[in-house]
Amino acid sequence: MAEVLIALMPAAVFGVVHFGRNALVLVLSVTAACMATEYLYQYFRHRPVTIRDNSAAVTGLLLALNLSPNVPWWMGVLGGVFAILVVKQLFGGIGQNIMNPALGGRCFLLISFAGTMTNFSYDGMSGATPLALIKNGQIAQTNLMDMMTGRIAGTIGETSVIALLAGAVFLLVLGVIDFKIPVMYLLTFVLFLGLFSGHGFDWYYIASELCGGGLMLGAWFMATDYTTSPITPNGQLIYGAILGILTGLFRIFGSSAEGVSYAIIFSNLLVPLIERATIPKAFGRGGERAWAK
Amino acid sequence: MKSRGFRGGIHPYDGKSLSKDGIIHDCMPSGDLVYPLAMHIGKSSVPVVAKGDRVLAGQKIAEAEGFVSVPVHASVSGEVKAIERRDTATGSRVMSIVVANDHKYERTELCAPDPSVLDSREEIIRIIQEAGIVGMGGAGFPTHVKLSPKEPDKIDYIIANCAECEPYITSDYRCMIESPEKIAGGMKILLKLFDHAKGVFAVEDNKKDCAETLRKLTEDEPRMETFVMKTKYPQGAERMMIYAVTGRAINSDMLPADAGTIVDNAETLIAIYEAVMEGKPLTSRVITVSGDSVAKPGNYRVPIGMNHIELLEAAGGCPKEPSRFLSGGPMMGFAMYTIDTPVTKTTSAFLCFDKIYAGAQKPDPCISCGRCVSVCPENLVPSRLARFAERGAAAEFIHWNGMECCECGCCSYICPARRQLKQTISTMRQILLSDRKKQKKDDKKGETK
Repeated sequence: MAEVLIALMPAAVFGVVHFGRNALVLVLSVTAACMATEYLYQYFRHRPVTIRDNSAAVTGLLLALNLSPNVPWWMGVLGGVFAILVVKQLFGGIGQNIMNPALGGRCFLLISFAGTMTNFSYDGMSGATPLALIKNGQIAQTNLMDMMTGRIAGTIGETSVIALLAGAVFLLVLGVIDFKIPVMYLLTFVLFLGLFSGHGFDWYYIASELCGGGLMLGAWFMATDYTTSPITPNGQLIYGAILGILTGLFRIFGSSAEGVSYAIIFSNLLVPLIERATIPKAFGRGGERAWAK
Repeated sequence: MKSRGFRGGIHPYDGKSLSKDGIIHDCMPSGDLVYPLAMHIGKSSVPVVAKGDRVLAGQKIAEAEGFVSVPVHASVSGEVKAIERRDTATGSRVMSIVVANDHKYERTELCAPDPSVLDSREEIIRIIQEAGIVGMGGAGFPTHVKLSPKEPDKIDYIIANCAECEPYITSDYRCMIESPEKIAGGMKILLKLFDHAKGVFAVEDNKKDCAETLRKLTEDEPRMETFVMKTKYPQGAERMMIYAVTGRAINSDMLPADAGTIVDNAETLIAIYEAVMEGKPLTSRVITVSGDSVAKPGNYRVPIGMNHIELLEAAGGCPKEPSRFLSGGPMMGFAMYTIDTPVTKTTSAFLCFDKIYAGAQKPDPCISCGRCVSVCPENLVPSRLARFAERGAAAEFIHWNGMECCECGCCSYICPARRQLKQTISTMRQILLSDRKKQKKDDKKGETK
């Protein structure tokens, strides 16, 4: 899991530089809260303490990167405690959780503190995110270059597409993540936009949707979570496709401009069903020609 | 020569350099020799000698019980000391014939070598059974049964399994270096049995020297061919090998013959050659003694029935007290509960390890990383199968193709959480297989009533 922490560093460092002091406070406090929650829970339940596997730190960092820089530290800590205690440990700890703990924590905060969580103003600017602009029909005001580098409003870690892709490439090269889920996710999403957004396959619109919001962070770092994604190769393709459709559905037809978090935790719950439907054919029963990894 | 492979598989440290250059040494036993009556798959053999009888090396001391069974021959001359239950390497106590070695090594042959036997199919198969030949790669399935498929005309490939994909083992490699003509000779005999078949020597590409030797040796044989495969574990597993050579895939309900193939291990071919052409029964085999705590790792021609302790002494013993003894390779072999057990027809290697190995470490929870899925040559989902096995969920286990597992152990090897996936799956398979057998028996009983 240390590799994932390293891969998230470019995005985290950029977020802190871009948004300032409170972003740093959030990153540190939420990560610490997740690790402390895991330690205390396991200590008092007399379970082996597993904070050394870094999974709690990954959850904490991912949650912090999914928060608006205006969120007060205690709110972030509350989300971290919820993520580790309720979403992860109460379901049996690592490997047993049914949804991504960081996203579980984020959605808990989104529902509880909707105003603060969606206030993205910074540096005295109104803080309309590119996705919100697109949703309001003000696509002309977005700047694709700024979305690539990350000099836009958004959550701490989601804004810089370049920083996120650098981390994703690192994980792909190391073989920590597989390209199947994210690539299928993005392809399906693009297809869905082209068919149902009303903008057709307008490249500027599609590029803005791909670079805006939490899509890159979600697709490369959270949809690829081992425990909450299918283990079967075909299942991973279907899972990616469902993610793309749901994200498109939530973004275009939903009330909010963003939809990645809900798309992922909803799809997490479908994983056991997807796996059952995609049991690989065995060797000698039609499975001998399955693709090689 | 092309190079073909299969999906999945692993590349473990092969450790072959330890023993690869060790010329095959003959081993002379000093203590008693123990011949378990069940060294093969099928019915146990039945003793034809009694306590106190004098036997000669090569003499039949137990005969086959039915078709799926083979006789046992003494490997030394001496007196039958006892017929009793003795420990074997697998940990079970098996009825065995114990012979006290008189160190005279007086031999008797199976029959005088007679080239005319080659004209008769039945005669060749009879000699192979009489010589007590079983698959020497490790399974121990009687070879004459393999050679008697229902439709012999449909066999178009005889594959000599020269892959030796197990780490550390070099016994087949040495056989290929030292007596390739016997391997080719064995193949020639088998080709006499199957008119439409082509003989293929399937060698991994880390043994190109052997492939070259075999190819040169059989240049003038139109029906023989040398096939080079990618070096990858488990390339030597029957199903993977058939797929690599012929492109035909068989599942757990099929026999190689269903895909028109017969697969025999390289050393088995040597045994066939020696039985048919030289009239020698199977009384010895080549064993690799290796591992990081053996003084003189190497390859030894060991009389069957010799004690593992003596074999270890022959290899210079262990300077450091080893923590594990393995019979067979590190992937498919098994840890021995005691080494005071005899070498059998299926013992391909005897490994002694000092280092603490992964199995001794505590497993972590499974996080579904999918490494096991990517290496499984049978295209299964080991992580899920192990979970069903732990819960005893038989229906789910079968639904997820658990019975197709070939127990190669790639999943356990690759698991970053050090989970004993293969062991868990294999236990469940054994339980389900014995349930099936019982079910069949009960069904038969019901019918006869």
